[in-house]
Amino acid sequence: MLSAIGAKDIDALFRDVPQSARLDGPIGDLPLHAPEMSVERDLARMAARNLTASDTPFFLGCGAYKHHVPASVDHLIQRGEFLTSYTPYQPEIAQGTLQYLFEFQTQVARLTGMDVANASMYDGSTACVEAIFMARRVTRRKKALISGGVHPHYVHVAQTLTHFTDDEVEARRPVLTEGAPGDDLDGLIAAVDGDTSCVVVQNPNLFGHVADLSPLAAKCREHGALLVVVVTEMVSLGAIQSPGEMGADIVVGEGQSIGGGLNFGGPYLGLFACNQKHVRQMPGRLCGETVDAEGKRGFVLTLSTREQHIRREKATSNICTNSGLMALAFTIHMSLLGEAGLRKLAALNHARACQVADRLAKVEGVTLLNDAFFNEFTIRLTREARPLIRRMADDGILGGVALGRLYEDDGSIENCVTLAVTETATDEDVNALVAAYEGAAS
Amino acid sequence: MLKNGRQTSPGSVTENAPQTFTGNRALMLDEPLIFEIAGPKTTGVDLMDVPQVETRLGGLERNREIGLPGLAEPEVVRHYTRLSRMNYAIDMGIFPLGSCTMKHNPRLNEKLARLPGFADIHPLQPAQSVQGALELIDELATWLKKLCGMPEVSMSPKAGAHGELCGMLAIRAAHEARGEARKVVLVPESAHGTNPATAAFCGYEVDAIPATPEGRVDLAALKAKLGPDVAGVMITNPNTCGLFEPELAEISEAVHQAGGYVYCDGANFNAIVGKVRPGDLGIDAMHINLHKTFSTPHGGGGPGSGPVVFSEALAPYAPLPFVRKAGDMLELVEEEQARTGSHSDSFGRMVAFHGQMGMFVRALSYMKSHGADGLRQVAEDAVLNANYILRRLEGELTAPFAASGPCMHEALFSDEWLEDTGITTLDLAKAMIDEGYHPMTMYFPLVVHGAMLIEPTETESKAGLDRFIETILALAGAAKAGDVERFKEAPFYAPLRRLDETAAARKPILTWTEPDLAEAAE
Repeated sequence: MLSAIGAKDIDALFRDVPQSARLDGPIGDLPLHAPEMSVERDLARMAARNLTASDTPFFLGCGAYKHHVPASVDHLIQRGEFLTSYTPYQPEIAQGTLQYLFEFQTQVARLTGMDVANASMYDGSTACVEAIFMARRVTRRKKALISGGVHPHYVHVAQTLTHFTDDEVEARRPVLTEGAPGDDLDGLIAAVDGDTSCVVVQNPNLFGHVADLSPLAAKCREHGALLVVVVTEMVSLGAIQSPGEMGADIVVGEGQSIGGGLNFGGPYLGLFACNQKHVRQMPGRLCGETVDAEGKRGFVLTLSTREQHIRREKATSNICTNSGLMALAFTIHMSLLGEAGLRKLAALNHARACQVADRLAKVEGVTLLNDAFFNEFTIRLTREARPLIRRMADDGILGGVALGRLYEDDGSIENCVTLAVTETATDEDVNALVAAYEGAAS
Repeated sequence: MLKNGRQTSPGSVTENAPQTFTGNRALMLDEPLIFEIAGPKTTGVDLMDVPQVETRLGGLERNREIGLPGLAEPEVVRHYTRLSRMNYAIDMGIFPLGSCTMKHNPRLNEKLARLPGFADIHPLQPAQSVQGALELIDELATWLKKLCGMPEVSMSPKAGAHGELCGMLAIRAAHEARGEARKVVLVPESAHGTNPATAAFCGYEVDAIPATPEGRVDLAALKAKLGPDVAGVMITNPNTCGLFEPELAEISEAVHQAGGYVYCDGANFNAIVGKVRPGDLGIDAMHINLHKTFSTPHGGGGPGSGPVVFSEALAPYAPLPFVRKAGDMLELVEEEQARTGSHSDSFGRMVAFHGQMGMFVRALSYMKSHGADGLRQVAEDAVLNANYILRRLEGELTAPFAASGPCMHEALFSDEWLEDTGITTLDLAKAMIDEGYHPMTMYFPLVVHGAMLIEPTETESKAGLDRFIETILALAGAAKAGDVERFKEAPFYAPLRRLDETAAARKPILTWTEPDLAEAAE
């Protein structure tokens, strides 16, 4: 090959690299190549140091949920034709990807109660900040209101990115009202005015509370602001009314709980849906229906004049690679569930959560804060929760998220724990959990 | 006809063949949408019975149908298996998309990413229960820092463009900390579209730097644009013409002297990994696409992963969270701990959790398999393969920068050789589809007319490259001989003929509607 090229050796091909910057051999203090067997052993050792959700009584949520994913989902997404293909830039040989994206967009739009959805974002938090930017483009206003019930990491992401743009973000503090922890919807409604570009609210919120957002939607409409609804637990939409039915203009979400594993936080699946009239202001890729030269139906990436590879600095977002394979997992899992399966899964989650909430509420020193919830709720203890949750982990029980982990320096919150209960929790798991809280009280 | 193949001229297969009743052609199967074959009452999952409880949904029970059809498991498996067969993939053959680095995805990586110890842990578990995960992140971070010769790395960005954003926000934060409000970012004309989009996303104005006739950044033009308003430059190295920027160290020095920072788009790091350390060229920040250089699969458009390495100057501004040693343990530094101590200057958080753990496992598996020596060979073989393509094709195609010397990992051609044939780059690409190849990147970079950017990667064999090259040469011969129809009408043999993208954009149909509803809406 070198002679066909006309180079005397490999290094001749690197002649443009200044001599001073060239490395003359492998970088020192990094190991040399290793056989498959030893790499596997090495990483398996690291994996074994972690406490896995399936091996423990597990009750964590707060933006990432453990659900049973049918075996066929992971089998199908590992087909090389999906796993090792690229963004479908050549639609004639990417109809597999394009058709599932079209199915995915339809499923997400229907679940959220919106007209259209895009082909995915990185995760729920980045979808959320993109919604704030989109609301600025639509309303030509800069002030976003974020409710106290929105996941604090999502709030941090929004604050980080808007700090460097013209946007203003007013992040409201969570209010731990008994019965309806998180949002203070009355206060939020009162804060909406003619300068508000959008109101961001999460449902169910970080504390698990489920609220009717219709009054908030009405106030937003009255002032020409957009209502952005965040959903981090998509299974909830099998049981409760969709954000679209409540009047949302944009719905963003984390799709991990359908088809995705916990994966220590990623890869996850950002969801983005809105109404038809705003579609040209959307970020990210969109798949659309068309026909081929013989009139047969087919699918292509479309409206790409919004996107960075065409519009460069005038694009609606800089996103390029998204979460295609996670979208496929979502679509397959959703196709397996169907309407009937999703509703049953949601009912099962809710029923299990009600049972666990009732049992915990009877434990001395535990107060249940939620009246209304889906599969996640918040309890208040009589002392700081974080050390207790750590002790439970030492005993092999993952007993919820101590909210002191998510909120800094807030006396009223550090005693609280948010627990998620899904179909994966067995009776033994629940007994172990309740015993752990009982033990902590005594 | 290929020397070892069958007759392949258009039409020969179908001329005397019957129309099938189903519309299928043996293994080429049409597949309807899930909504057209599934029903609202069917489900493919078997769930336990729901305990009777009094619901506590706040009176917000869903009372309308969602419209989500379900299928039994065998039907779902068939539906998605059939769809998969309409895709081209690196598992099927060379995927020479320039700038995209479609290399083989080793299956060991897939196996390890699925170990429950990595795949089945929650991002908010107490740190003591995820020490192995933090160890993996920390070890991957060490590899990235050493390979780049840079002191800090931020692991959380979710893809390349997200990494760009991370780097540019650090630059913005550094200027802000100095009390400076610089407004302009310089971006070469040949840059990926994400570069100017990212700069604009963080509130900068974008000013383009022209390219030299040799396909490189015009150093004199760049220097002339530097000044107190320039926050930095975003530069791609090797650049999108497939060339190393030999003056990068001088560019860095000039930018630093003018008070700016250098962001490097690391999408093409696979060409130089183990051969050059970006830190030695004066780079301040660079993202690394784990889904390119370190072989994590592209998955039909993601997920990616885009960790960002930082210089000493930008390290204090790196985002949260990150992994830190605390005695014998590893801990995650999040908002609470960051307000005090050495990371109080962090510009904040970019994602809900800690980044793409699944991709980290795959990338570390790849690095450990290759080692420092193997990674160096990855770059060498990728460059060797690209140069082989460049030199074997430059006689028939137009290679505008061939005289500039060797290319790096990709070979760039323009459409000048197609002049007067009536055939475009797009037509050539569609004809390649008929030959069983995924086309190269088309019409990018913008600095040459009708660009064709070919990146073979190191995982193609010489025999495979020869077949690919012979195919391109045969197509070039046909184009020059005036066989216009086979290009204009192509593809003939793909699951679909050429798709009407204009119609799709004019009246977008982005979701499926029941046929009776769709008709009513007309």
